Amino acid sequence: MKPLEVTEEACVPVESDIDIVTARMRGRAMAVQLGFPAAMATLVATAISELARNILLYAKRGEIVLSPIENGQSRGLRVAARDHGPGIPDVGRAVEDGFSTSGRLGLGLPGVRRLMDDFEVRSSLGEGTTVTVKKWNR
Amino acid sequence: MEVPILKQGAYLIATIQSALTDADIVHLRDALVEQVGRYRALGVIIDVTSLDVMDSFATGTLQDVAHMVRLRGAETVIVGIQPDVAFAMVHMGLTLEGVTTSLDLEEGLAYLSRSSKASRSR
Repeated sequence: MKPLEVTEEACVPVESDIDIVTARMRGRAMAVQLGFPAAMATLVATAISELARNILLYAKRGEIVLSPIENGQSRGLRVAARDHGPGIPDVGRAVEDGFSTSGRLGLGLPGVRRLMDDFEVRSSLGEGTTVTVKKWNR
Repeated sequence: MEVPILKQGAYLIATIQSALTDADIVHLRDALVEQVGRYRALGVIIDVTSLDVMDSFATGTLQDVAHMVRLRGAETVIVGIQPDVAFAMVHMGLTLEGVTTSLDLEEGLAYLSRSSKASRSR
């Protein structure tokens, strides 16, 4: 299968709540461009919305990087949410259901994990956090 | 982007027309809770047909609206959750528990009219 067109990596800076909307719209558009069905594109957009909000909430600013990925016949989309904020003291707890230090629902990271296929958090205290998630179109 | 709120009889109808920022959703919450009193409304309908994503913040804030409006003596119905949005919400574990939902505006109005008749005859 030949790719129909080249989809390029996109970087969306996240500094205010309008950027959450911009990031998830760019993500949805990329998912659609990569041939994802609409329902899967909505899963991706929802995950991006959560990740971008986490950046604002915990680090004030950061970026969402959207990249097309390939693995053999499968195409997918990678979302990396990066910030140089305080870092997550206990990554294990942050991905547990019901845990939140923001006083909100606590569904953020565990919810994102359920929406996507691959999920990875790298965080070091004082340096920042990168959450990388992938969704495969299969 | 501000969400227009229409007064129709004893009901307030808020129709979301595009993607909303978190600040827009909070503004909508406060406007509805205030206007229930100003217009002595018995019911509130929030039409989310055009909302692109219902994430944890949107869901939590709409749930807050429903509970706050109930404390003010009126009822809230969320209408128009699209299939893809419902799919994503279920994956996330967002259930809108304790909040009435209807298929669309028509069903939402029918629900409110049944429910306010029932409470008047009590």
